[in-house]
This record gives sequence, structure tokens and C-alpha cells, in this order.
Amino acid sequence: MEVTISNIRKEFDLYPALHDVSLNIRSGELIALLGPSGSGKTTLLRLIAGLEHPTAGQIFFGNEDASNRTVQERNVGFVFQHYALFRHMTVADNIAFGLTVRPRATRPAKAEIRRRAAELLDMVHLSGLEKRYPNQLSGGQRQRVALARAMAIEPKVLLLDEPFGALDAQVRKELRRWLREFHDRTGHTTVFVTHDQEEALELADRVVVMSQGKIEQVGSADDVYDTPNSAFVFSFIGSSASLPVERRDGMVFFQDQPIGLATDATGPAQLFFRPQDVALTSEGAALSGKVTASRRLAGARIAEIDVGNDGNAHHIEIEVPLDAVATLGSEIRFRPTRWEQFAS
Amino acid sequence: MTDTTYAVAKWRIRKPSVIPGFGLTLGFSLAYLSLIILIPISGLVWRTASMGWGEFFAIATDERTLRALYVSFGTAFVAGLVNVVFGVLVAWILVRYNFRGRRLIDSVVDLPFALPTAVAGIALAALYAPNGWVGSLVAPLGLKIAFTPLGIIVALIFIGLPFVVRTVQPVMEEIDSEVEEAAATLGANRFQTIRRVLLPGLMPAILTGFALAFARGVGEYGSVIFIAGNIPYVSEIAPLLIVIRLEEFHYEGATAIASIMLVISFAMLFIINLIQAWSRRRFGHA
Amino acid sequence: MHDNARSPAASARKPETFRDAASETPFVRHLLIFAALAYLAFFLLLPLVSIFVEAFRRGAGAYFDALIEPDALAAIRLTLLVAAIAVPLNLVFGVAAAWAIAKFEFKGKAFLITLIDLPFSISPVISGLVYVLLFGSQSVLGPLLKSHGIEILFAVPGIVLATVFVTFPFVARELIPLMQDQGTGDEEAALSLGASGWQTFWRVTLPNIKWGLLYGVLLCNARAMGEFGAVSVVSGHIRGLTNTMPLHVEILYNEYNFVAAFAVATLLALLALVTLVLKAVLERRFGAEIAASRKH
Repeated sequence: MEVTISNIRKEFDLYPALHDVSLNIRSGELIALLGPSGSGKTTLLRLIAGLEHPTAGQIFFGNEDASNRTVQERNVGFVFQHYALFRHMTVADNIAFGLTVRPRATRPAKAEIRRRAAELLDMVHLSGLEKRYPNQLSGGQRQRVALARAMAIEPKVLLLDEPFGALDAQVRKELRRWLREFHDRTGHTTVFVTHDQEEALELADRVVVMSQGKIEQVGSADDVYDTPNSAFVFSFIGSSASLPVERRDGMVFFQDQPIGLATDATGPAQLFFRPQDVALTSEGAALSGKVTASRRLAGARIAEIDVGNDGNAHHIEIEVPLDAVATLGSEIRFRPTRWEQFAS
Repeated sequence: MTDTTYAVAKWRIRKPSVIPGFGLTLGFSLAYLSLIILIPISGLVWRTASMGWGEFFAIATDERTLRALYVSFGTAFVAGLVNVVFGVLVAWILVRYNFRGRRLIDSVVDLPFALPTAVAGIALAALYAPNGWVGSLVAPLGLKIAFTPLGIIVALIFIGLPFVVRTVQPVMEEIDSEVEEAAATLGANRFQTIRRVLLPGLMPAILTGFALAFARGVGEYGSVIFIAGNIPYVSEIAPLLIVIRLEEFHYEGATAIASIMLVISFAMLFIINLIQAWSRRRFGHA
Repeated sequence: MHDNARSPAASARKPETFRDAASETPFVRHLLIFAALAYLAFFLLLPLVSIFVEAFRRGAGAYFDALIEPDALAAIRLTLLVAAIAVPLNLVFGVAAAWAIAKFEFKGKAFLITLIDLPFSISPVISGLVYVLLFGSQSVLGPLLKSHGIEILFAVPGIVLATVFVTFPFVARELIPLMQDQGTGDEEAALSLGASGWQTFWRVTLPNIKWGLLYGVLLCNARAMGEFGAVSVVSGHIRGLTNTMPLHVEILYNEYNFVAAFAVATLLALLALVTLVLKAVLERRFGAEIAASRKH
């Protein structure tokens, strides 16, 4: 099911949580809403589910306007951050719940409900645990019960709020791979919220980067990492270094010194580059800084350096070859090889 | 050196600790507990035991005793049920809704705990007597509340009200609203959510609250005797019968009724503990 | 920021933020609030108001006459005396029991806690009865003590004992969960810094539990001054000598002296109201430092 979000605004007590957000989610897509807390990503997810009502704007499921549909009518599968399992019900009863609350006319027979619950339990690899209560399960098992419960109602879209947030690192990695497989097998349109970029980049077909109630960028992992379209996205995704620069006469200046980068733009800007996208150089215009610390990281060395005049130095990290001289207090000269500038 | 060996030697009774005062505080506590509670209660038990089975049985199955126990347990049960319904309702509005005076109402719920029972007793008696504010309202309908078992129920509703509210309220506060939202996303309407998701989760607390209110109601004396009318076989409660037997210097009679009530109270206490242990084990909360 | 506002704890404490999916329609909401308030008004407020109305039925003069009458004053004095003995006794016990139970692990602890709660599940009449059986004329102890000139039953000591019995658990059950929550870290730190056991108690433990202690004392005192059933059994109802305020109310009421009965009752009602106000203040300001504020 394709989901279209059209010019959605949401205010809580006059505090705007989302400004005029539009997004098209393709059928069968696995999409991540990524952003820091307060960016409005969970609000957007809850708006799609019908757990919140937009202040303005519309939400379409396929061609049908779902904006005025109640949460019960929307038929979405929602997996809550803390799973929200019914703790006085067994695993089987939890999964069957959505079917048993249907009106009599559309409710499957008891045996059919049981069969479907068993099938779903098998699908999430939890067969044999149907008689357990939620607090007799591990975190990862609860997560999968919550997913099976959401799937039981044959939802149009599957929505997951921080699905791995409450799990420890090892289980998180396993479940991440498992969810990807699960999605590929079932082909449901799936939206999940996360603040963990590694999770979003690894798992999602497309990532929606959000900040302060706005969508900053929508794209594949490669898009948002390699061609970030804003200062926020550049600094939020991956590690980066940033320096305030001035552009004039086709060149980029840092603290009134040309640094060997050419540009057509003029005016003040923020210069961004990844720590690994630098080349050490001994001649010509370049950035230079004093090493304040260095550490070994796998195949490279990370140098922490202070760039710029004393008293107005900027602390950044760059990657240097293992054989480069990066002793404490030594001077390093380098030029970014790949970089972006965003007017400030 | 001697200290450690001492601690190791005592390990079977308590785990070693650097904190002093175990012997003093536990010793004092046990001595005080024995003097005030255990020895007097043992006196009651001993007195019952020395009575002889025949005599005990005769008192216990005496028509007046049986009626008094029936009145006490019956009225406490009905009042408990009323308090379950309205106690859950009161807890619900206190936890879920914001309205003016909510905090005041929250405090007022404890009034029956704080108001001396005799004061509650005379106030209720005056209100529900045939010439009282409420009594005169229902009198034309041919309804008599004071001086009937109905009056006892009214008094026990008053006394038991806070028990259900105060046991259900904290559990209700713990309910994660995500659970209700989950039920909604699965297609449950509000009524289904409350009946199938919220109420079963509150059931252990509701049962505990009921049991507490019931136990208190069975033993209640001060608030009941003024409004009950105390007609033998009709509106005479078991605690009052104990007092009457005492005033007649019929100590065996008083003792026998008291021990029956004690046994039932302990059984109630045991059941409450079972409910809580079971619910903690199964659902991870009391 | 908004993500925080959605945490379950925050929404439970701020009902106005409850969302559509987890709430009722405004109509149902108002209906439920109305029903609950009507119930409380009818069963709680009406009796409370009626006490004051009945007391002033014959005007302020009759009201104050009933309060300064010698028997009433004697009852007030006795009630204060009984509370002044019973409350400190149970306070010391409560602190000692909580110290032993919360700071140490030992066998039989759960059973001990159950025993402490025992008086709550016993009818007040039975609480009085056990002392009658222990010290009455038919007992072994009673005549023995009497021959030495010691009167317990139908005298002040009996009233004090019965009151101590019924108010026994209040301070202890308030302090036990509180001190268990606080653990032993603070005490161990104080001891490691060279404090003695008593210094540790007075300067570390006591400040930590003072509000919970006050809360327990408050509830204990309210019950001690208001106890009726247990005291009624052991007192003998001797006017001016062994009548506490609640017993005095009963006698006046049974003599059809309603105005006087309700006049004395207003004092007890005021005590209850003051208790409720202080309780609410303590819960609001020191909620975290009062362990079992929601339990009774």
C-alpha cells in the first residue's frame, strides 16, 4: 500500500511539532524516519497510524483519503517502542487479540484464529511459546511477539517506533537483520522510526532525515551519506569536520587565509568534509593545525587537531596515514579532497 | 578477628553486615510485638482451646451467633461490591481526568480513614434516620434505611470506600497508555479496550481492594452500631454480639465468636497475599 | 522535547495530554466525573457536613456549653493523654522494627512483617477483648495485679494498651518500605567515615526518613485519638474518668443529647480534617520521601 503524506502540520498546545511535511512512501518499501529526539519523527509515525490528528494536511492510503479515519479503521500494524504487550494475556492471546475484537460478521471462527496465531508465531520463530506470559519472555522475544500481533490484522502498512531501542547491542544486530529478511519475505510497506543512523542506513531502502519538525532529505543510504543536501544532514550522518569559511574571488578562505579550494560562490559559509576525505600536503595553500591528540583506529590514525589562530582555533578530527608524523604538538597541513559548503 | 568469626557463626540466622544495632532493634521489636500483640492474642487462642469442642460448637452454631455472623459478612460483602464499582470509577477519574478540584477530591477520599468511626456512626445515623435528611426523603417511598441491614451497608460503604480506590489507583497510574493505543491500532473500540485490556490488568488490585474493604467491614463496630438498630437476628453484627456477651460476663461466648472471626480474617489475609504473589509472579506487578 | 512529553510516566501524571486513542469522548468523560463526584458527595461530604449542622442546631451557645462541660473536658484530656503515650511508644517500635527489617537480611523477615500488620486485620472489638481476657476478673493476671493495687481494665492503662494495639502498625509499615528503598549505602558510608552507630542513626538515617516518619505519626495519632471499638470494650465507660472523646460522643448520643454529642464530634471531625490537610501537604511536598503514601 502506497502512503502519501501531503502538507501535514501538527501543533501541540501551539508548539509546532511538524511544519508542512510531505512524503511519498512507495508500496512495499522499507523506509526509516531518522532524526534526533524532538525532530518530529515519532509524531509523523503516529499521524500515519491515526494515533494523532494533524492540525492541517492530509494522509492518503493508496488513493483513499485516510485523514478522517479513526485509528481502528486505518488497519495499520503498529509496534510500540516498549512493545505494549498485554501482560495479563498469553502470547497466543496477544497475537489473536486483533482478530477477536472484530465485529461478529468479520470475525474468523475460533479455530481459524488459533490457526492464524500459530502460523504467525511460527513466522517470528516463537513456536512453542504460545502459553507464556509477556514477562516470561526476553526483550527480543517480546519484540517479535509485538510484530506478530501487529501482523495478525493483515495491516496495510507496518509502523515501528524505535523497534530496537530497548534491546541490548547484540540482540539489536540480530533482530535488525531478521527484520530485513522478514520485510523481504512479506513485502509489507514498512516505516520505522530510529535515532540510530547506522540502523537506518543499513536497514532501509530510503532514509528520511528529519530535524526540528521538517524533512531535511529523503534518499538512499548512499544519497544521504555522499550527497547531503544541508549542513544538518552532513553533520548528523556520519562523522564530519566543519569550519566557518569566507568565499570570494573564486576561492575559499579560512580566517583570511586561502586554503587551496576553488569555488564559484561568494559570502560566508560552513565548510564540511569527512575525516577520511583529506590529503596531507606540504606545499601550496592549505589548512594547517596543531595535533593535540592522536589515536589508532583500525587501518588508520585519527588525529585531533586545532586549526586556526591561537585563541580562535577550531577543534576537528581528520584521518591521517599510519606513517604520517602526527606526534603531539606537530604541525599538519592538509586539504579536503571531497567537501561541501553551505551558505551561513 | 573475633568479629568475623562471630558473623560467620551467626550466618545461618542473618547475613553479615557492618551496620550495627541488629540485636538491639530486633530484640526490642520482638519483645514489644510479643507484649502488645502476640501474648494477648495467644490468650484468646488459649481460652478458646481450653473451652472444649462441645461448648465451642454450641456457641458457634447458636442461632443468634450465626445470624450475627451472617449479617456481618453479608453486609460487608454487599458494601464491598458497591465499593468495587464506585471505587474503580473514582480511581479512574482521579488518574485519568483533569478537572477542577481533583487534588481536593483525591485528599477527601481518605476521610473515612481519618474520621473516627463513632463520629461517622452518629452522622450517618442522623442522616438516614426516618427524620434525617436522607431518611425523610426515602421514607415516603416506604424505604427504611437506618435501623435495618441497609443502614449497616451504608455505614460499611462509607468505611470501605478508600480501600478500593487506594489499591487500584497506583496500579492504574502505572498503566502505559501505549497499551491502550496498541489495542486501538489492532481495531479494538474504547469499550473493548477497557473490558479486555484494562480491567483484567486491574483485577488483582480490585480483588485486593475488595478483600481489604470486606475484612474491614466484617470487623467494623463504631460506625455501624448507631445506624444498625441492633435488633437481634436482624441487624445485630458479630462484633456487637461480642460486646453484648462481655457485658453479660459470658466470656466463653465472646471468645468463641471472636475466634471464629479471627480465623476468617486470617484466611482473608492469606488470600490477599496469595492474589498478590500470584499476580506478581505472572504479570510482574502486584 | 516532544518525544519526552510522550513518555508514559509523563502522560500518566498529566491527564490533559492523554490522546484520543486512549481516552473517552468528552461526553462520557463528563458523565463519569459527575457520577463519581455525586457518589463522593453523597457518601463522604454529606455525613461530614451534617456533623457541623447538627452541632450548631441550637446555636453557638449550646455548642460551646457542650464543649466546656467538665465531663467533655475530662474526655479531651484523657484522649490527649492516651495519644501522648501510645504514639511515642509505637514510634520507637516503628523505627526499631524498620531498622532491623530494612537494614538486615535474616530468616523469618516476611513473617515478621505479616505479624506487624496483624492488628489491621483484627476487629477493634477483638483487640479490646484480648485485654479483657488477659486482665479481667476471670483471668489469672487481673486479680493478681489488683491485689497489688494495679488496675488495668476499666482504667487508663487498659485504654492505653488497647490504643497501642490498634495503632501498632502505622509507623512501622510507613518506614519499612521507605528504609528498604533507601538501602544501606548511606549508613555504610557514614560508618566508613568513622561515625558511631548512634551518630549514623541520628545524623544520616533519621534525616533521610523524617518525612515518612512524620507521615506515619500523623496517621497513628489520628487513629489513636479516634479509636472507638477497642477502647469501648476495655474502658468501662466511667464518666469523667475513663471516657475518651469518642466514648463521650457515644454516651451523649445514647442519652439523646444530640447537640452535645455532635459538638464533641466536631472536634474529632476537625482533627480528621487537619490530618487530611497535613497528609496532603506531606504527600505533595515530600512524595518521594514517603514510601507508602498510596497504601494503607
